[in-house]
Amino acid sequence: MESTTPAGAPAADPARDAARDTESAEFDAVIAADGRIEPRDAMPDAYRKTLVRQMSQHANSEIIGMQPEGNWITRAPSLMRKAILMAKVQDEAGHGLYLYSAAETLGTSRAEMTDALLAGTARYSSIFNYPTPTWADMGAIGWLVDGAAIVNQVPLCRCSYGPYARAMVRICKEESFHQRQGFEILLTLSRGTTAQHEMAQDAVNRWYAPSLMMFGPPDADSSHSAQSMAWKIKRFSNDELRQRFVDMLVPQAEALGLTLPDDGLRWNEQRGHYDYGDLDWAEFKAVLRGEGQCNAQRLAHRRRAHEDGAWVRDAASAYAAKQATKDAARQEVSAA
Amino acid sequence: MSGSIGDGGAPARSVVPEKAWPLWEVFIRPSRGLSHTHAGSLHAADATMAIANARDLYTRRAEGVSIWVVRSADLVASSPDEKDALFDPAGDKIYRYPTFFTASEGVPGL
Amino acid sequence: MTSQAATQQAATPQAANGPATDNTSSAVDATPTAADSRDIAEYALRLGDDALVLAQRMGEWVSHAPELEEDVALTNIGLDLLGQARALLGYAGSLTGRTEDELAYFRSDLEFRCAHLMCLPRGDFAATIGRMLVVAAYQWELYERLSESADEALAGIARKAVKEVAYHLEHARMWTLRLGDGTDESHRRMQVAIDDLWPLVDELFRTDELEQQLASAGIAVDSSALRGPFDALIDPILADATLTRPDVPPAAGGGRHGRPSEHLGHLLAEMQVLARQFPGASW
Repeated sequence: MESTTPAGAPAADPARDAARDTESAEFDAVIAADGRIEPRDAMPDAYRKTLVRQMSQHANSEIIGMQPEGNWITRAPSLMRKAILMAKVQDEAGHGLYLYSAAETLGTSRAEMTDALLAGTARYSSIFNYPTPTWADMGAIGWLVDGAAIVNQVPLCRCSYGPYARAMVRICKEESFHQRQGFEILLTLSRGTTAQHEMAQDAVNRWYAPSLMMFGPPDADSSHSAQSMAWKIKRFSNDELRQRFVDMLVPQAEALGLTLPDDGLRWNEQRGHYDYGDLDWAEFKAVLRGEGQCNAQRLAHRRRAHEDGAWVRDAASAYAAKQATKDAARQEVSAA
Repeated sequence: MSGSIGDGGAPARSVVPEKAWPLWEVFIRPSRGLSHTHAGSLHAADATMAIANARDLYTRRAEGVSIWVVRSADLVASSPDEKDALFDPAGDKIYRYPTFFTASEGVPGL
Repeated sequence: MTSQAATQQAATPQAANGPATDNTSSAVDATPTAADSRDIAEYALRLGDDALVLAQRMGEWVSHAPELEEDVALTNIGLDLLGQARALLGYAGSLTGRTEDELAYFRSDLEFRCAHLMCLPRGDFAATIGRMLVVAAYQWELYERLSESADEALAGIARKAVKEVAYHLEHARMWTLRLGDGTDESHRRMQVAIDDLWPLVDELFRTDELEQQLASAGIAVDSSALRGPFDALIDPILADATLTRPDVPPAAGGGRHGRPSEHLGHLLAEMQVLARQFPGASW
């Protein structure tokens, strides 16, 4: 397809114009019928761009997200918790891979996406720029961060782009254990010694507001939302999802015996939802700008892993090339 | 497939001149008696590594009993442009379905 | 590889009967019963500590691997080893009244029983693959035989573990070939890795009175009997990978007998720090 033609460029060929109109009508019809767009279908340039940006950002988040939890693998306080945490962080690598795969169906290679991440030009979820100083952070990340992610991700299973939707189905299936294990860590701490309980409360205090901000700015300030909803990439608005999440958290916090650090939190009979306090969007933007506690550290870690691995990747490529040459020579001999 | 899709980010910091591992498509047989179905894709330097990576990535929860991998570049696919010519003609051959034949209704064994 | 190795299947553990057991025979009862349980626990600790310390090293790799696919693979191997460690420590603990976590988190380095090879820092990817190759080959030969142990618990653990380490061996072999016969740089690093770890290989194959006693009762595997099959497994892989088998004197070792590697204390300091801050706490 002609996606490289800049928008608004003069088109000299009327026949091509007509073909493009047909393609665009087909795309609109599939979206209107709640169908799925597949990789080789014609699609508007902007749709493709939006998807590549969103999927690669999502994949980057999974990969960077390995670090705050990976931070505790070697210090996990029991062997069972160590095993669970390793399996969970491994899932995150897996989920990053599923998502890079889905993005690659649109013609952007993983190498390009990796380069953009390492160069700092591609984003990942800001939440992973917060530190994990205590073990209770493993619980809070599972309960709050994965909890928010699931609320965000379940509607994506019905996203209009087929490969993304399929990746999300797989991810949501695997992720359901992540939130539960986080809840269980917090519950055990909350019911443990006084020091353990305090550790749990402190972690919830630190992660609550950032997890609410994971849904993105309020609808009034969200620039991409309307178009993404029209394309059925996104199914619910930021505020709708955030409300759903808050409504879920309140009874769960009670079950944990922990409080949510929010003075504005109260049941609103009229709305049938919980009201919640104002969020500090200035802090959100600051972290997004790179002023979080761990922005530089997270990227440096990823760069180092990539650079340290270069000789390994080269070796495997060189070996594969040598074997291919040998195979070819063998075939020539046997053919002669 | 069209080019220039990325986010416009400069391919900064090319650490070493590096040829990326090729992309492979992975097909998994979920259990004996079922066909292999497409699971996703991954990168690997060669076929042996592609099988190993597929095992580690796509069967972590005992999802499979057999794996196929094929280089994505070696897959031949039909073009969406041809879909009318390829698939529409099958749409009106209703006599290919047993429900088309009503005369035998009620006759035992048919 | 597996089929080649399988043809060397030696030797049920009873085959270890021989001159080596003469000095202990008077102490051995006809029946391997309660009298041996402390010895069996000690033996299980040796194998369990090997697996635990190695699992800890594999855990260090998470999010550092050369490619994302390999990150997933290394974690799978780490999880296998951790599972083996938990089974073995759990069994050792059941014989001595302790939990797996008490054994893992509240013993000092002097009380650990792992071989020094397991304690080496993770190093670069070549060092990790080199160690994985050696350890997986050793463990494969070991668990293959231990599957037939007269101790049903050990046999059960070994039957599960042998399949896992067969995969580790295959993974290590795959990478040893690619690094050894890849680029000049990867060949150099792989050879350095093998050279560095080789002095510590010998310790894996040293036996002692306790092991001999259990071996003669059909419970343990005589480590010294594994060296031949191990070499037969490893040598062709090194050759295919264009690597030179080092000819170096063995290091003194002592890991099985409370003379730990210098590296172990650091590893345990990190692993145990949180658990020891809250003794008696549940997690």
